Amino acid sequence: MGLLRRLLQLIVTVVAVTFFSALLLQLLPGDPVEVLAPFSSEEQRDVIREDLGLDDPFVVRYAGWLGGFVTGDMGNYYTVSSKRPVSDRVADALPISLQLMIYSQLISLAFAIPVGVYAAARKGRIFDKFSNATAFAMLAIPNFALALLLQYFLGVKWQLFPTSGYTKITEDPSMHFQQMVLPCVTLAVGQFAVYMRLLRSDMIATLQQDFILLAKSKGMSSRRILFRHALRPSSLTLLTVAGLSVGTLIGGALIVEVLFQIPGMGLMLAEAIATRQMVAFQSLIAIVAILYVLVNFGVDLLYSALDPRIRHDRTR
Amino acid sequence: MTEHVDPDPEHTEAETRGVGLAPSVIGTAEAVGVAIGDTVPEDPEGKPDAKGKIGIGGWLAISWLGLIVALALLAPVLPLHDPLEQFSGLASSGPQTGHPLGTDALGRDMLSRVIWGSRASLAIGLGAITFGMLIGGFLGLVTGFFKGRVDAIVTPLMSLLLAIPQFVLALSLVTVLAASADVSDTRRILVVILGLGITTIPILGRITRANTFSWSEREFVTAAEAVGARKGRIMIRSVLPNVFPAMLSIAMLGVGLAMIAEGGLSVFGVGVQLPQPSWGNIIAEGRNQLRRAPHIVIFTSVVLFLTVLALNFLGDVISKRFDVREGQL
Repeated sequence: MGLLRRLLQLIVTVVAVTFFSALLLQLLPGDPVEVLAPFSSEEQRDVIREDLGLDDPFVVRYAGWLGGFVTGDMGNYYTVSSKRPVSDRVADALPISLQLMIYSQLISLAFAIPVGVYAAARKGRIFDKFSNATAFAMLAIPNFALALLLQYFLGVKWQLFPTSGYTKITEDPSMHFQQMVLPCVTLAVGQFAVYMRLLRSDMIATLQQDFILLAKSKGMSSRRILFRHALRPSSLTLLTVAGLSVGTLIGGALIVEVLFQIPGMGLMLAEAIATRQMVAFQSLIAIVAILYVLVNFGVDLLYSALDPRIRHDRTR
Repeated sequence: MTEHVDPDPEHTEAETRGVGLAPSVIGTAEAVGVAIGDTVPEDPEGKPDAKGKIGIGGWLAISWLGLIVALALLAPVLPLHDPLEQFSGLASSGPQTGHPLGTDALGRDMLSRVIWGSRASLAIGLGAITFGMLIGGFLGLVTGFFKGRVDAIVTPLMSLLLAIPQFVLALSLVTVLAASADVSDTRRILVVILGLGITTIPILGRITRANTFSWSEREFVTAAEAVGARKGRIMIRSVLPNVFPAMLSIAMLGVGLAMIAEGGLSVFGVGVQLPQPSWGNIIAEGRNQLRRAPHIVIFTSVVLFLTVLALNFLGDVISKRFDVREGQL
């Protein structure tokens, strides 16, 4: 039941989002063909116009796009000289963006969990105060500024990491990870701060509960209490926020991909906007929205797995 | 606040805290708000009166913001170089007499550009959030208070807007709204304000709604109803003042995030248009000079960072002072 409702929600969301974005792009002034193929002949333009359905009314065009999208046809992506199916380019770009986001998420959680747990355990001590203040400051760092500062200090000045570019992991794993360090750290800093502070305050609340006192009185080691008993009930909000943060990550990844010249969805989306590729743009937005809704769906499933007390369908 | 999971889905802790939203570049407001707001319950060792005091940090934050606002307002009468004047032979040079923050790639005075740029950045931050507060706040208040049919229509629409990552939404809105060729500088800023403002509506709306929701269940509201006060009056006179601190503390974060988002838009070339300076586009443009003149990016980033930090800090003070969190329970 919950699953079915979720699925319905997903479909409605995607349809509404793409319809909205299609409508938005519809409002752009100027002839899109002019932008797509500036040096083409009149016949070529007619072909493109036909392909994009530009002479059809808006609703017809949207319905056509939706039908195509459902069957895996995402339309064509135009460059100055050629056109390629959007799905082809997405197949290249999506894994890159996912890598970027997964790495950042892993980095931020890998630091946030131990730091948050220890800060909570040593509440009010120096470590807690220092980590808390640092995280607070991290929240105020603009991601694009951080990207550039990292590029300058770690890339240009101390030459520790390459400042831009992307290499496939299958081609050259070492180069791949080296290039990913700066963009992923850029994205991870803000996430780390959010996660760490959240986990810390939830942990502090958990540590005041009776079952922790019981565990202590049974003589368990504090490490075991912290990580086995307290972490699980404290990680629920963290999990929700981690899921919702995918939205932040997508926005951040967009900027980071441009600044680090990583050919992911962000760079593609930026290109599609700049060259007014309505069909491509719509398809990309739809993919992003589906991704986002799916992630949060997954989070909900995990949520009830982590906390047996929740077995109801969390409505949002 | 020791209870972690409220079985009522409308009242999960996450929801009342405003977690049930999609954070993004702008949308991080709630996530950041959650992270910034200290949810530590009773602090047995802590000083009880430390809560919500402005403190040294708070005064520093206020002074910094005061300074920035004063400089922004006084920019026309201050003895500054013209932010558009290009000093030949001084392109991309570091700090020196006459140019305390150095010059940019075209030899324009950085100090002047940073101060003049603050006008655009502040206008965008304040403008976008004011817009979002007015509309999102109103919608949130009405849906949270009246619930029922209004809620059933408006809230799903807001959730829908949240299904697009916020930055993507802002980017598309601004691109579309500013598409016509002859957009003047002022109009451009208005477009950015509008684009970012629309993006913040669902965020502020949902936070206001969640807060209104819990406040309107309180006894004094029932009491007001019992003595026959009109619904609208109760909403404005009894509920709004209690919800306002939560809105304000999120709005403080939002101003900073909107200023940052403008920079993100500038990375895509759709923020405030050069040569008109904004903090965002100074940094975005400075990336081309990163090797030769890193001071452009560094100085402006530090100023932007401190401003956002100050705003976050004050937002935190407000939420503690007015006990935003406990007030919701």
